[in-house]
Amino acid sequence: MNIHEYQAKELFDRFEVPSPRGQMAETAEEARKIAEEIGSGLMVVKAQVHAGGRGKGTFKNGFEGGVHLVKSAAEIGEIAGKMLGETLVTKQTGDEGKLVRKVMVADAVDIKHEYYLAVLMDRETCRPVIVASTEGGMDIEEVAESSPEKLLRVLIHPLAGLQGHQVRTLTAGLGFQGPAAKEFGKVLKNLYKLFISLDCDMVEINPLVETPDGQVLALDAKFGFDDNALYRHPEVAAYRDIEEEDPREVAASEFDLSYIGLDGNIACLVNGAGLAMATMDAIKFAGGDPANFLDVGGGATEAQVKGAFNIIQSDPKVEAILINIFGGIMDCNVIAQGVVAAVKETGLKLPLVVRLEGNNVAAGRETLTASGLAITGADDLADAAKKAVASV
Amino acid sequence: MSILVNADTKVLVQGITGGFGGRHAGLSLDYGTALVAGVTPGKGGQNFEHGDDKVPVFDTVAEAVSETGATASAIFVPPPFAADAILEAVEAGVDLVVAITEGIPVMDMMRVKEIMRGSKTRLIGPNCPGIVTPGTGLDSTGGCRIGIAPGYIHKKGTVGVLSRSGTLTYEAVWQVTQLGYGQSTCVGIGGDPINGTSHLDVLKLFNDDPETEAIIMIGEIGGSAEEEAAEWAKEHCKKPIAGFIAGATAPPGRRMGHAGAIVSGGKGTADAKKEAMTDAGMVVAETPSGIGQALLDAWGK
Repeated sequence: MNIHEYQAKELFDRFEVPSPRGQMAETAEEARKIAEEIGSGLMVVKAQVHAGGRGKGTFKNGFEGGVHLVKSAAEIGEIAGKMLGETLVTKQTGDEGKLVRKVMVADAVDIKHEYYLAVLMDRETCRPVIVASTEGGMDIEEVAESSPEKLLRVLIHPLAGLQGHQVRTLTAGLGFQGPAAKEFGKVLKNLYKLFISLDCDMVEINPLVETPDGQVLALDAKFGFDDNALYRHPEVAAYRDIEEEDPREVAASEFDLSYIGLDGNIACLVNGAGLAMATMDAIKFAGGDPANFLDVGGGATEAQVKGAFNIIQSDPKVEAILINIFGGIMDCNVIAQGVVAAVKETGLKLPLVVRLEGNNVAAGRETLTASGLAITGADDLADAAKKAVASV
Repeated sequence: MSILVNADTKVLVQGITGGFGGRHAGLSLDYGTALVAGVTPGKGGQNFEHGDDKVPVFDTVAEAVSETGATASAIFVPPPFAADAILEAVEAGVDLVVAITEGIPVMDMMRVKEIMRGSKTRLIGPNCPGIVTPGTGLDSTGGCRIGIAPGYIHKKGTVGVLSRSGTLTYEAVWQVTQLGYGQSTCVGIGGDPINGTSHLDVLKLFNDDPETEAIIMIGEIGGSAEEEAAEWAKEHCKKPIAGFIAGATAPPGRRMGHAGAIVSGGKGTADAKKEAMTDAGMVVAETPSGIGQALLDAWGK
């Protein structure tokens, strides 16, 4: 689940990770008012979308840049007006871009130095790891490649937490001195506390800036949350912005389907995540292009199959459908009946290949044949993928 | 012979009185598993009844172990309470905990794993289909089934199967059975990023098992467990290994159903895993339908 920059700021405020004064606005007038309250000096107005590369992006109305540095409240209002309700295209949004519904107005700060600071779960060691670098404000993957010695990594003991000596190591390693060193220590401790308290998967601050007067502030942040833990963080779950998500995926979640939209033309419906991934792979191997990942899980009720069909058939790119079910505990005939009922209700506009195997498969295949629907059967997954590709 | 469990292993089910746990406890009993106890806090004294079977339910794992001598536990407990259930079983001294639950917070598992360091208990999972050692009866009954796998697809034999996945594993198992061979033990290690037992751990067990002659290793994108296993196998495993990796077409940065199935920062790709496995002498199938043939090729049958 992604969150907006202004929501990240709310979390930082809550855990006392300092960031520039700022607030979210939904209209140009709101933006102007916030700018007036912030008062003097330079300010920034930033488009709020779930994508990076905003600064270099372009709006479809011709306006350039999703991040602007300005001097007056009036200008803030003017620029916000040019962003709100417009579509911003960046390197990360794809050509369709993202509609900007909100902007953030914040203090611009004087920057003495930009750092990189992140906390993430290290899969290999099964521990949280703090990654820090003096090379902030740039692509950290590039830093990792060109100057790996500039990337500090400190593993944290899962039960002991962040230790004082580790804070000192990182502070010294980044070259912080004087009041800024103390500030950095606080930021680090509070950031780690946030990471653990909210069951984060990743919190990345790039850049973390040191100002000439010794403040240490987070200028931008990227959060990743453990979806499995959202049940115990309802306030974070409430940050979900459905309008930033793929509408097909939003629809799928309403039926408890695990669904990921892709760009291809052959849709699939499978039970089991591993098998679903393998089905996508098989489609590609047969020369096709998967339109989605879809795992109906162990249940696959008629309602879910119907829901899945509706989502699949309303996707204009889809030209054929492949259903691959290995009925372990699940009864193949129950699936077949669900498919027939769903198809009869939604109508079948596309070629449909169904591969069933496992529990009660003979009855399942019989149900499909007897339905009179234009369903092509397949013996195994390779055969099913070939037939699906050929049907396009 | 098999690894980890056999027909005599006494199993208890934590969460047996829940719908999911109860359903699969019943199927395990049908399979012939020595399912001797259930645990649900507050429901001690009741019996779980299934056909002619009457399984006593206890309030705690310690009581269940003390009364029945169970040495393995299956966890069918909802995510918010599953980590605690695992730790309770560990403290009660069982040899094996198989955590079926999907959806346990990653940090809970991080802490469980740390707490279990040095413990004699082996954890398999979470988010796994479980473990099956097939029996010699009709449809392989008479063996040990812990978890949610369909029993009938198995057949007693000498192929060890290990995998992160559920239905994808059943595909492979079914192919092996259809080919006339069978399985020594099938181990589902689960789809979560932090788990109790890795591919490497199971590979070592199969390598040491006199009854396992060949191995099928199934993996997916995310992490580096398959590479680690392949590297070890190259030097130390004398038995033929066939494999399959799911997720070659997955877009980077997205979790493909399983919490652990994600290509992150360029790492954990299917290609890297396939390469490592091929380099270790494993025969890697291109599609799931080809796993059976890959096994025959690797085995020289």
